[in-house]
Amino acid sequence: MADIFTSDNLIFMLKGAGVSLLLALGAVVIGCVIGILFAAAKLSKSKLLRAIGTVYVEIFRGTPMLLQVLFFYLGVPVLYQRITGTRMSADPYMVGLIALSCNSGAYQTELIRSGIQAVDKGQWEAGETLGISYPVMMKEIILPQAFKHIIPPLVSEFITLIKDSSLISNIGALELLYSAQVLGKRYYDYLDPLILAGVMYLCMTVLTSYLSRKVERRMTLSD
Amino acid sequence: MIKVEHLHKSFGELKALHDINLEVKEGEIVCLIGPSGSGKSTLCRCIHGLEKPDSGDIYLEGERMDPSQPAKYAEQRKKMGFVFQHFNLFTNKTVLDNCMLAQTSVAGKTKEEAEQTAMELLARVGLADKRDAYPNKLSGGQKQRVAIARALCMNPEIMLFDEPTSALDPEMIKEVLEVMKDLGTNGMTMVVVTHEMGFARKVADRVVFLDGGEIVEQAPSEQFFSNPQSERAKDFLSKVFYD
Repeated sequence: MADIFTSDNLIFMLKGAGVSLLLALGAVVIGCVIGILFAAAKLSKSKLLRAIGTVYVEIFRGTPMLLQVLFFYLGVPVLYQRITGTRMSADPYMVGLIALSCNSGAYQTELIRSGIQAVDKGQWEAGETLGISYPVMMKEIILPQAFKHIIPPLVSEFITLIKDSSLISNIGALELLYSAQVLGKRYYDYLDPLILAGVMYLCMTVLTSYLSRKVERRMTLSD
Repeated sequence: MIKVEHLHKSFGELKALHDINLEVKEGEIVCLIGPSGSGKSTLCRCIHGLEKPDSGDIYLEGERMDPSQPAKYAEQRKKMGFVFQHFNLFTNKTVLDNCMLAQTSVAGKTKEEAEQTAMELLARVGLADKRDAYPNKLSGGQKQRVAIARALCMNPEIMLFDEPTSALDPEMIKEVLEVMKDLGTNGMTMVVVTHEMGFARKVADRVVFLDGGEIVEQAPSEQFFSNPQSERAKDFLSKVFYD
């Protein structure tokens, strides 16, 4: 059992953890951009935009994430071939990032929408009486205040993403869980790599919530 | 300067304003007074376009304000500054940034120009030393003075005040009224919704008394307070003054 924990193997696992963390980070950032856009759509006066926002959120929240990952990896290339007639090869990391981002974007849409709605209406009215345009108002006043409200749920979204990035193992991206499986297969021992992977996931998630509590405390101090 | 004609506004079943006709001349200070729910705030908000009237017209310098012509409408609205009961300072911005944002993003001024204007006006309301403070570090009276300075930064020709002192602790009311009075003596056209009868009597040129969504009486302020004509105005004044 002990010979599985060589420094090479540990580095192999740590690399996997790094990939998981990067995927989660990328997805939370891209998902945030998606979330801002669709939250604005859902809050807009246009019926069409509101409908687009709702459909997006319902689709990505209402279907399994694993299905979405497989759809982007296995389904989209087929679709592409049917339309253009040429093949396309999908990179599992890129596809994983896209799938995670789109999924997270749906959850963040709802988070950001509720955050925007929690901002005092008087802020909008003040902007209106000063003639400030909608994009400037959003960027300078509304979103900064909205994000202050939604930092805790955004952090738990990030933690969820760290864990959900493990689904990308299904399409062959060498992230943390898949690295554990690779080692398990090589040594005919799944117990130790899986425990090690679990510990690494825990380190990432616990550290994240610890940091977020610190940031939150500092923000309430400045309030 | 401002002319309101046959203005109607309802909120669902509630008729907030019924056939309002009002004219405010350049340099005039008009106080809108009346009991709660009389429609005075709604009228003030309608003039700026924060509430859309159901029918009726508002003219600014003889030109009709028409939301269906967005560019012109926006230009007209820029001539009016608005001060809210609850200040509505941007809570994530410093005092100085509150005063600069519209100048740089709307009026197209450079940062230096905007800062200069902002500091002049903050000095005028006596708060130049608070430039780097966030709104939550200010007292109510200070917040409202910043809000007035912020509106003035856009160089309005008319200032609308919607119960500017109603959310203040009593000892802070005067500092805000002093700033407003100073503005009035310098020739600003002002429409003030207020419960401060002393201010209405001393500073306003004319008092407009609303009740139940209608203008019941309007008169030069001294005349209104010493010799109200309508029963409703007499009744209202007898209730607000404690003898």
